[in-house]
Amino acid sequence: MDQALTPPGVAVAVRDLRLALPHGGDRPNAVDGVSFDLLAGEILCLVGESGSGKSMCAHALMGLLPKAVTVAGGSIRLGQTDLLAQDAAGWRDTRGRRIAMVFQEPMTALNPLMRIGDQMAEMFEAHGLLTPRERRARAVALAREVGLPDPEGIVRAYPHQLSGGQRQRAMIAMALALEPAILVADEPTTALDVTTQAQILKLIRDLQRRRNMAVLFITHDFGVVTDIADRVLVLRQGRVVEEGPAAAVLGAPREAYTQALLAAVPAMNPPARPAPDGPKTIEVAGLSKTYVTGGGWWRAPRTVAAARDVSFALRRGETLGLVGESGSGKSSVARLVMRLIEPDLGTVRLGDTDLTRLNGEGLRQARSRIQMVFQDPFASLNPRRTVGQIITDGPVAHGVSRFDAMERAVRLLALVGLDARALERFPHEFSGGQRQRIGIARALALEPEVLVADEAVSALDVSVQAQVLTLLEDLKARFGLSMLFITHDLRVAAQICDRIAVMRRGEIVELKTAAELFANPEHPYTRDLLAAVPGRARDAA
Amino acid sequence: MSRAIAMTDSPPAAPPAPARRRSPLAAILRHPGAVLGLVILAGAIGAALLAPVLYPASPWRMVQRPFIPPFTLDRVPLGTDALGRDIAAGLMHGAGVSLLVGLVSTLAALLIGVPLGALAGYLGGRVDDALMRFTELFQTVPSFALAIVLVAILQPSLGSMILAIALVSWPPVTRLVRGEVLSLRSREYVQAAVVTGQTTFTILRREVLPNTLSPIVVLASLMVATAILLESSLSFLGLGDPNRMSWGFMVGAGRTVIRQAWWITAFPGLAILLTVLALNLIGEGLNDALNPRLSRER
Amino acid sequence: MAGFIAQRLAKGVLVLAAIVVLNFFLIRLAPGDPAVVMAGEAGATDEIFVAQLRTKFALDQSLPSQLAAYLGSIATLDLGYSVRQQMPVATLIGERLPATLLLTGCAFLISIALGVLLGALAARRAGSLADTAITGLALLFYATPLFWVSLMAIILFSVRLEWLPSFGFETVGAGYTGLARAADIAQHLVLPALTLGLFFMAVYVRMTRASMLEVSRLDFVKTARAKGLTEGVIQRRHILRNALLPVVTLAGLQAGTLVGGAVLTETVFAWPGIGRLMYDALLQRDYNLLLGVFVVSSAMVLIFNLVTDVVYRAVDPRIEVAR
Repeated sequence: MDQALTPPGVAVAVRDLRLALPHGGDRPNAVDGVSFDLLAGEILCLVGESGSGKSMCAHALMGLLPKAVTVAGGSIRLGQTDLLAQDAAGWRDTRGRRIAMVFQEPMTALNPLMRIGDQMAEMFEAHGLLTPRERRARAVALAREVGLPDPEGIVRAYPHQLSGGQRQRAMIAMALALEPAILVADEPTTALDVTTQAQILKLIRDLQRRRNMAVLFITHDFGVVTDIADRVLVLRQGRVVEEGPAAAVLGAPREAYTQALLAAVPAMNPPARPAPDGPKTIEVAGLSKTYVTGGGWWRAPRTVAAARDVSFALRRGETLGLVGESGSGKSSVARLVMRLIEPDLGTVRLGDTDLTRLNGEGLRQARSRIQMVFQDPFASLNPRRTVGQIITDGPVAHGVSRFDAMERAVRLLALVGLDARALERFPHEFSGGQRQRIGIARALALEPEVLVADEAVSALDVSVQAQVLTLLEDLKARFGLSMLFITHDLRVAAQICDRIAVMRRGEIVELKTAAELFANPEHPYTRDLLAAVPGRARDAA
Repeated sequence: MSRAIAMTDSPPAAPPAPARRRSPLAAILRHPGAVLGLVILAGAIGAALLAPVLYPASPWRMVQRPFIPPFTLDRVPLGTDALGRDIAAGLMHGAGVSLLVGLVSTLAALLIGVPLGALAGYLGGRVDDALMRFTELFQTVPSFALAIVLVAILQPSLGSMILAIALVSWPPVTRLVRGEVLSLRSREYVQAAVVTGQTTFTILRREVLPNTLSPIVVLASLMVATAILLESSLSFLGLGDPNRMSWGFMVGAGRTVIRQAWWITAFPGLAILLTVLALNLIGEGLNDALNPRLSRER
Repeated sequence: MAGFIAQRLAKGVLVLAAIVVLNFFLIRLAPGDPAVVMAGEAGATDEIFVAQLRTKFALDQSLPSQLAAYLGSIATLDLGYSVRQQMPVATLIGERLPATLLLTGCAFLISIALGVLLGALAARRAGSLADTAITGLALLFYATPLFWVSLMAIILFSVRLEWLPSFGFETVGAGYTGLARAADIAQHLVLPALTLGLFFMAVYVRMTRASMLEVSRLDFVKTARAKGLTEGVIQRRHILRNALLPVVTLAGLQAGTLVGGAVLTETVFAWPGIGRLMYDALLQRDYNLLLGVFVVSSAMVLIFNLVTDVVYRAVDPRIEVAR
């Protein structure tokens, strides 16, 4: 039995960690023999795709594994203690005091019925420290330290009154309350807008330096790794693939897997593209939509402008990107163009047809000319219908015979890289990337002129994302489609778009070719947006 | 906001949920409570069907002297009541009444509630507002009181009971269906159906309603249970069909002689309890079978 | 908040008006002459009385004027006259209402206190024997007909064990006053309140258990655990508080059923409330009285709904006060 203390300079020593999944999972162990050292005063990034077990490792450090997952072997040593051998009381002492954690979803990670300050003060209460008055004072001080506005006031606020970024700051404040030596951050910026993400990353870096903490940072985004990591550990299917200083792993990766992952990340340098010169396929003019909520007998209603006088045009074979953060209106514009929601003002013309004037049967017929690929591969296919039915329902509704539609479906499946046997299967039998391909096949089955891709690759792992993007480019070229590509990810936009429109609060603030936008952004918001994208250092290299 | 939810790009090695092919019936049968429920319900249905065979004479007829205790005389295994009527005969005939009223009134309530809820949920706007005000009105009125008033005014009979129970039972159906349809309307595959140009009717039929079927089926089984409770309560108060022997009536009739002859109220009450329990157990079994708790379907 | 309450009260008055209109049409549904229907079985023989009703409710005139007359009379809280009881309906109801409020109030408190307690316990030990026992018991109470369990309770506790009185509000003719009287009433209250409460207790047990299990899966519970809080604090402060929100909503929805259940309980236990009054009106075919009780019980439900809505808004800071 190894009773050795962790060597000096090492905050946590993980040896041969094995976490078992229940029967019927896709593999027996979520984490299979992972070993690493987390050194004091450094930021170690655990990188991997979904299912790699990185989040499980983080949770294991806090003893917060889900009930179904059990520790099958290994040790986690913190100072003199083997954490995995602790009892419940030991864990309660460790949590918050020696190791603290920040979670991914700020929207749901705070108790909606308790004030922020009270939740921060709870950290002290859990460990029996300080009087209630002192706790309140410390909460205000913590709020100030993490850069929350109006610290005195904000500690009395409830979570729903704070923005996502502010909530994450509050979570970080809570984690730091007892000055733990180790911070575990499980994808803390994944659910945030890119500008907010930049701020939170900077905050974490500053705090880490000031307090000299060891930080275990989980992420799937190599841009974030570039910006923040001292050392990097790459996980795949529960095993360590590669490990080393950040510069080494990112600059000269040894393993093929790491190389492939890095290669799949789109660069911020848009490739040279010929200017499209075909006829205009879709013209949007003055599109506007305002949402009115609330209001009753005693209170004025609240208005939110989802789209404000949006205009653009697409030529045949051209891809226009609509980029923006949440609340920018880009998804609303996509839905307005598809007439899934009704615009208040404005027109959408497909060639000669004014889509906004049509109704009823006329609209239904015209819909075949513009089709959509949706974001969530899990929610965009009806779970009770077979793939064949899903793809052929559209053409059949437009008068194509079921037989002809099926033939078309077989050809389309081949084009998107799926077997014809898929026709008989149900969506739940396919992976996320495969379901997106089915969604693309469904859209193409109607032989549209325009394709609207609403965050079509946002829910996919980076390697899968690269495949689907390539597929979309191929299909666009083959069928001469125009594509309206909605995304929040500027790297993806750089790779695939001819022109890019930057949206903010319902308006287009800048519209240029991709090359020009990245080289000479004019609008201050565009500049902020580009500067906030993590990992620019790697692109420059 | 980026979100890396998906799996790696290979099909899941084991299907993440019980395959849809496995029939719901098989799933129910693995639930011991539901099996018990099915057995009891089968017993009740059997009693109802066999009543005219085993006890062809009217249960209202006096067959023996009054107040014979149960398990003493073979011909009247459960004893007789204050007027010498056979308790066992009453139980078997009563089964038919309760089950009939329960089933028919539930079907009627569904016929009212499902279309209203679907329309309110899918069309939204003013139609939704108006329908919801109407539903709220019915939900404010105490349902049992309204049932009493309706049956009293329409004169007690099987028909008036069925109508009254249906009229007080439909609001929860409408609420449920409306809620389900609302959440489905914004689901991406429904939007995809709109975008590929399918008609509203087809969308409701193919995409929306089949995915609301499971909660409706579960609710329906619980509604039959509640309807039987309502029917027996109405009969207890004397508002049952005067020509039909029902369990609630038997309990009410035995109320005044409860000290001497406990069995007159005990057995019919037990019958009601068991039938309602059975339906509840079946409802729970259906719920577990039809609503897999996996996060596959968001 | 004051604005919200005022708004809801105004809405409640509208709903009540709609119910009165419903009453109006229900009277006309009954077979026979509306005036005779309103007079009730006892009053129908009194021709002068019937003629008076005819003029008062403008029964010879057009439907709209009849409706106006009816609404007008209700608005002045004149719910009619019961010939059988020889009293105005409003007075009769006023006399009996407190007893019903006492009964339903106690039953509600018992049901929600026990329901939440047992539900939380079952959720905390989900899957254990205790959990199975509690949920099984809840299921049993949920399926039991109220009138039957009341009768069985009388047989057991009153007849066999002689612990509690079997009917009535207080011991008649005993002449208790003050505390002794309160104790006597309390003794009579135990069985009816318990039996009425048992069904609803089952409802709250199941709801609390399900709600707590669902809340315990949410992210903020993990955050609380990550602070090193004890399990007890997490259950009470984080899980239970959030889990109670749907229970409050459910309580509002159950108000109608509670009042309806009171009819059965009061009938079996001869408890002198408006539920019992409704039963008597039924037997006597006194439709006026019947409908009067109907309107008042609806009003009770409305007020109860208002209270639960206010409580919900006070407890959940996310709800905006104006709607």
